[in-house]
Amino acid sequence: MRNTLYIPLQPWPTLGVVAVLALLPLAAATLGQPFYVVFATRVLIYALIATSLNLLIGYGGMVSFGHAAFVGAGAYTVAMLMPAGVASAWLLWPAALLAGAGFAFLVGAVSLRTRGVYFIMITLAFAQMAYYLVLSLRVLGSDDGLTLGNRPSLGLVDLNRDTTFYYAALAVLLAALAGMRALLNAPLGRALHGIRDNETRMEAIGFATYRLKLLVFVIAGAAAGLGGGLLVSLNGLVGPNLLNWTQSGVLMIMVILGGAGRLLGGALGAVLLLVVEEAIAEHTIHWPLVIGVVLLAVVLFAPQGLSGLMRRRA
Amino acid sequence: MPLSLIAEQLLNGLQLGLMLFLLAAGLTLVFGIMDTINLAHGSLYMIGAYIAASVIEASGSFLLGIAAAIAGTALVGVALEMALLRRLYQRSHLSQVLATFAVILIANEIVRMIWGSQPILLNMPSALSGPVELLGLRYPAYRLVVIGVGLMTAILLYLLVNRTRAGMWVRAGASDREMAEVMGVDTRRLFTLVFAIGAALAAVAGALLGPLLAVQVGMGDNILILAFVVITIGGIGSIRGALLASLLVGLLDTAGRAFLPYLFRQMFPAVIAAEAGPAVASMLIYVLMAAVLYFRPTGLFPARG
Repeated sequence: MRNTLYIPLQPWPTLGVVAVLALLPLAAATLGQPFYVVFATRVLIYALIATSLNLLIGYGGMVSFGHAAFVGAGAYTVAMLMPAGVASAWLLWPAALLAGAGFAFLVGAVSLRTRGVYFIMITLAFAQMAYYLVLSLRVLGSDDGLTLGNRPSLGLVDLNRDTTFYYAALAVLLAALAGMRALLNAPLGRALHGIRDNETRMEAIGFATYRLKLLVFVIAGAAAGLGGGLLVSLNGLVGPNLLNWTQSGVLMIMVILGGAGRLLGGALGAVLLLVVEEAIAEHTIHWPLVIGVVLLAVVLFAPQGLSGLMRRRA
Repeated sequence: MPLSLIAEQLLNGLQLGLMLFLLAAGLTLVFGIMDTINLAHGSLYMIGAYIAASVIEASGSFLLGIAAAIAGTALVGVALEMALLRRLYQRSHLSQVLATFAVILIANEIVRMIWGSQPILLNMPSALSGPVELLGLRYPAYRLVVIGVGLMTAILLYLLVNRTRAGMWVRAGASDREMAEVMGVDTRRLFTLVFAIGAALAAVAGALLGPLLAVQVGMGDNILILAFVVITIGGIGSIRGALLASLLVGLLDTAGRAFLPYLFRQMFPAVIAAEAGPAVASMLIYVLMAAVLYFRPTGLFPARG
C-alpha cells in the first residue's frame, strides 16, 4: 500500500524549479532590471519564514498568531551584534537562528499548555509583548528601528553584491525545505501528524505530545529567526513594524494562500502574495483591498489554498 | 507623588477600562455564543468613529453624531453578519481569523477611499471641553461624561442580558448553543441580534474616544488586540468576566504607564529606569494575560461550565 504521509522527492520538477530560480538573476540582468534581484531575495526569505509557520499551522495544528515575534528576535539580534563588531554572517545568522529558537522555547513552553482559541490568543500576547518591548527600548531604536551600514561578510563571497546575496538566500531556503521534508518523513513528522489529528489519542498511546510540539515550535522559531536575520542583512534596517501583529497575520495569509500542510505551501504563498502585492502596488494605493478580497475568496471557496487547487486539477 | 495625580490616573484607568468593556462585550458574546473569532470588530469601532465625526461635522450636534454612529454601525454589523460571518460559524478558528483579517484590510481601504488617509477631526462638544472641580481635583468634563456613559451602558447591558427574555436566550446560547437550539431558541436571529448589539457598542466606544484619540485609518487595529486580551482574561463568553477584566486591564495599563517609571526611578539607577520603566509598563497587560492563562487556561470566569 502506498504510504500517504510520505512526501516523495520528485527529481525532475524539483530540478526544473531550482534551475529557474538559479537562472533568475541572469534573466534580470539581461532584461536590465537588477532591482528585481533584491525583490526576489526578499521573496525567498519570506518563503523561508512562511514555510516555518506552515510547519506549525499545517503540520502541527498549532495556529500561532505571533510568528512575527520570532522573525523580529532574529532581525534585532543581527542588528544589535553588527554594530558591536561582529561582521561575519557565519556568526550572525546562527545567532539569529538561536535567538528565534530561544524565544520560541520560552513562548512555546507556556503557550503549548493551552489549546484552541486560547493558544491563538496567548501566542498573540507574547508577540505583542515583544513588539512593545522593542518599541519602547531606546537601545533598539524605538520607533525608528536600527540601521546597518554594511551587509555581513560571508568569507570568500561578497554579500554586498545583490546576486551573491540572492544565491545565499536560495541556498538557505533549499536547505530548509530539504530539512523540513526529512523531518516530516521521519518518525517525528508522523508523530506530529498524529498529534494534529488527535492529540488525546496520541497522548494515550504514550507519546510525549507536549515535548514533541515544543520541539517543533522551537524548530519553526529558529527558522523564522534565521529569516529575520537574513531580512535585516538584506535591507540594512529593521523597525518595530516587523513585529506588529498584522505582520503575523500576513504570514498566516501566505501559508493559507499557498496551502497549509503542503511542503511547498508556505513558499508558494509567499511568492504569490509578494508578487501580487508588487504588481498591484504599482497601479493603486488601495492594493490591500485587492489582497483582502482575494484572501476572503480563498478562505471561503478554496480553503486548501493554491496547492490544493493544483492538486484538484491533477 | 501627590494624591491628586493618583486620583486622576485612577479615573483615566476607569475610563479606558469602560471603553474597553464596550468593545469587549460584543466580542465576547460573538465569541462565546457563536464560537467565532471576529477580528473585524476593530473595524466596526473605526466605522463608528468615522460616522460620528462626519455627522457631527455636518450637523453640529454631538448627540446626533453618536446616534447616527450607533445606527449606521449596527447596520454595517448586520450586513457583515448576514453576508460573511454566517458562513464562518462552522469553520475552523484559523479560517475565521483569516477571513475577518481580510475584512480589516478591506474596511481600512474603503474608509481610506471615502475619508482619505489623513486623520480627521472629531471635536468634543464645547460645553464639555473645560475641566470640572471634583473634590478638589480638576478633571476634564468630557472624560467624566465618557465614564458616565460607559457605566450607564454597562448597567443597561447587564440588565438586558440578565433581566430580559432575549438576554436569557443569549446566556443560554453562550453556555450551550445546541441545547438552546433544542429548547426552541432561534439562534440564527439571535446571532444577528447579538452581532448588531456588539457593533452598536463598538460604535459608541469609537464615537466617544474619537475626540480623545485620533480618528484615522487603522485606529481599530491596536485597540482590538486590547479587547481580545480583555475577553481572554475574563473568560470567553462571560459578560461579567469581560467587565472585571476590562476594568483590571484599564487600571493596570494606565497605572503602569503613570507610576512604573516613577517606581523604577526609586529602585534603579536613572539610566536603567528611563529604559525599563516604559518598556515594562507597556508589556504589563500582556504579562497579566499570559499569567492568567498559565494558571487558569480558560480565563477567570469561563462561560461554559
